[in-house]
Amino acid sequence: MKTRLTTALAVSAMMGLAGACASTTAASPTSGVAGKAETRPLPAGLDGATGEAFPSTYSPLPSTSTAIVGATVLTADGRQIEDGVVLFRDSRILAVGGADTSVPEGFAVIDGKGRWVTPGIIDAHSHLGVYPSPGVSARSDGNEGIDPNTANVWAEHSIWPQDPGFHRARAGGVTTLQILPGSANLFGGRSVTLRNVPSVTMQGMKFPGAPYGLKMACGENPKRVYGGKGRAPATAMGNVAGYRKAWIEAAEYNRKWGDYRTKTEKGEKADAPKRDLQLDTLSGVLRGEILVQNHCYRADEMAVMVDVAKEFGYRITMFHHASEAYKVGPLLAKENICFATWADWAGFKMESLDGIEANAAIAFRAGACTVIHSDDETITQRLNQEAAIAMAAGNRIGLNISPAEAIAWITANPAKAMGIGEQTGSLVPGKRADLVIWSGNPFSVYSVAQTVFIDGAVAFDRRDPKFQPKSDFELGQPGEGAFHP
Amino acid sequence: MRHLLIAAAALVPLSSASAQTVAIINARLETLSSQGTIAKGTLVLQNGKILAVGVGVEAPAGAVILDAKGGVVTPGLIAASSNLTVSEIDAVSETRDDRSGKLSAGFDIQYGVNPGSAMIPHARQSGLTRAVATPVLSRSGGGHVHDDSGAGDFAGGGGGGEGDPPLFAGQAAIVSLASGQSDLVLGAKVAVALDLGQAGAAAAGGSRGASLVLVRAALEDARAFARNRSEYDEGDSREFGLSRIDLEALVPVVQGKTPLLIRVSRASDIRQALRLAREEKLKIILEGAEEGWMVASEIAAAGVGVLMDPQANLPTSFETLGSRLDNAARLQAAGVLVAVMGSRDYTNLRQARFNAGTAVAYGLPYQAALASVTLNPARIWGIADRVGSLEKGKDADVVLWSGDPLETSSWPVAVFIGGVRQPDGSRPFELRDRYAAPLSAYPQAYVYERP
Repeated sequence: MKTRLTTALAVSAMMGLAGACASTTAASPTSGVAGKAETRPLPAGLDGATGEAFPSTYSPLPSTSTAIVGATVLTADGRQIEDGVVLFRDSRILAVGGADTSVPEGFAVIDGKGRWVTPGIIDAHSHLGVYPSPGVSARSDGNEGIDPNTANVWAEHSIWPQDPGFHRARAGGVTTLQILPGSANLFGGRSVTLRNVPSVTMQGMKFPGAPYGLKMACGENPKRVYGGKGRAPATAMGNVAGYRKAWIEAAEYNRKWGDYRTKTEKGEKADAPKRDLQLDTLSGVLRGEILVQNHCYRADEMAVMVDVAKEFGYRITMFHHASEAYKVGPLLAKENICFATWADWAGFKMESLDGIEANAAIAFRAGACTVIHSDDETITQRLNQEAAIAMAAGNRIGLNISPAEAIAWITANPAKAMGIGEQTGSLVPGKRADLVIWSGNPFSVYSVAQTVFIDGAVAFDRRDPKFQPKSDFELGQPGEGAFHP
Repeated sequence: MRHLLIAAAALVPLSSASAQTVAIINARLETLSSQGTIAKGTLVLQNGKILAVGVGVEAPAGAVILDAKGGVVTPGLIAASSNLTVSEIDAVSETRDDRSGKLSAGFDIQYGVNPGSAMIPHARQSGLTRAVATPVLSRSGGGHVHDDSGAGDFAGGGGGGEGDPPLFAGQAAIVSLASGQSDLVLGAKVAVALDLGQAGAAAAGGSRGASLVLVRAALEDARAFARNRSEYDEGDSREFGLSRIDLEALVPVVQGKTPLLIRVSRASDIRQALRLAREEKLKIILEGAEEGWMVASEIAAAGVGVLMDPQANLPTSFETLGSRLDNAARLQAAGVLVAVMGSRDYTNLRQARFNAGTAVAYGLPYQAALASVTLNPARIWGIADRVGSLEKGKDADVVLWSGDPLETSSWPVAVFIGGVRQPDGSRPFELRDRYAAPLSAYPQAYVYERP
């Protein structure tokens, strides 16, 4: 994170230099520490690029060197290995191979016969913690629905780590989640990526080094929420005007900071722009550090958003919901934009009316980076089924999608789209040992996650109550969060 | 791909005029009757009815033969509580006829049933052949909102916009999902829907104590009204809380002829519902029952059927704190008649059969899971003499599946309603076929059949 930030800043400083050459006037002081701080760092908190705010305190649970032997292994890099061997040690995958893979001395051996092993499931669209259970207004923290641009808010500040939904999701194999603000606003705020481990604090779940995402929303929601209040945006064109206005401001903010850094690096007197949390986030997108996660259902709206991004020189990492991805599969492939969708939740509003079961499969075969997401505390528990339904819809029309391919929709591809693909999402030596042992083929409705490993540690075990964590909220309640063999 | 579809459709000629005699051979027959599972048998459909089921059954002369090639045949699936045929798009209120906002028990869903609904062919592609269209209270019951606008945050609270929401949601109807029929209503006024628990409390001004008092008073009013209509008409009766229309709808309920469909979640509320039925001598059906497992033996002893979603396992509200994934299994084991629902989201009808499969993963026996989407909803809704199992004399509502009907990898290969092979097309399939086809020089809108 730190390295990436520094490199990007150097680049933006150069751009700032180019842009600032024409102007020789020292900016008149508008704030802060003008006149005496040109070589000193700004006071704490005034420079959004220094230090890591709300740093992760995550540390892996205790683990032992483990070998899973004899299972069918879906690696999520395209392979299905029968009678496979998966080795992990010190929180990392050590080796993945066939029956001839030797198990080193001292490894605990788990008999995987009849079982399937996949990478840990990654839900790229979750509101656990920000819209937790129970769904009462006192915990309804997912939409700062007071302004169409709330790029200044961060989902991590709304997370309630005691949401029982985290535990249910883990029992469904979910090891990593992207928690997003809602879609009431054009710019909903920053997402946060979490390790799905129980923790008293949000920081204890925060995925170390994961980039932030920016939630943007197309379509009906922003214009309904604000149009209904008699203010902009009230139409689809109002939405687009709102994005463009914000990007103009962000580009200007970037230019000012670039200018400031160039001057201070040269030892010249310079006045720092006033830090603005909203513009910090947007300029982070322009610098390529923050990934755009764009709620957008319709094909035509996705195409417009692609052009908005081109106008301002940023990249859209993923379209979310994308009910009409199948209509623009080649465009998504060409622009290298992932899309995340359900198997067939559709038709609940006009912009999802054309959603079809074969959406994911058709766009996948067109070459688009395909992700199955949940956006739901129930579906997140069975993303394997969701992917299975989407795969079956494709196979019904002869697209021949294999489990070895479809598993990437809920593992490697969301990891890529969340900027953590180098760390997790597939069973490759050196990656985090996030994996699931399933009772059978994970694409069967009858299969359940039996053991879930996060960084090589048992985070959930269906047969052992010791590894079935419950939230504080559930203690003393009728269900007590019980899991079932 | 398109060729494949045409080939499948060609197996049995479509006939909207009358049912042909059809013999489905080499099928795994899940009869849901005393015949159980027949690993390889024949099913004969004639004159809209099932003529014969079993091994060694001869296909009548002239029958169209459909070789199942080992595929599974089940009774048609029944959506136990849904807004199919009366709603199109959840968020487009003009397309929703599943709620009144004005009437209470008197709201009658049958008049909104639309045989032209684009959801009906889609429903058949989930193996559904019948549905029970049940009304919901205003602003409730639209199912999951699979969207994160936080719509609830902005709804502004309150009821349906025209004062307090009514206590009763209205009267349900049983509908056929057959193609080419001018009237799909098989049974009207088959139940009156009522929310207890949180939603009922909200409708009554905020608490359960008010809700049950008002419900009991309404039932008493209906009795008084039924005893002396002429007094009412002459304006001599005491004042009633409900209108004549609403009282009229409750008369068969208090007479024990028409069930109350009670939506309820918390164990204590379920007990109140059972007590209400006992004391007021009502027939009831429960919908929801997330904490049903805690009072399973009481539900079983009362002989009350339950419509439920086996996925419910989160304390999504303070009335579902005890939700568990084995609720279906525990209810069934206690002797409760369980019908598995999907979400009320009529756009995701496939979900009921996968929910039944999920219930199997959490302990429900496979045959009970099959029954939960066929025979059990038929029994709960009083139509098991006509549908719900593959038995001689029953309506020929049957589905041939490509594999296990509860499995994600299976789909319906052929759907018969009243012995008539149903068309396979649907709006989603037309969209699929349009965009799955290779690109041509013309936009998709021009060219549907591609070379």
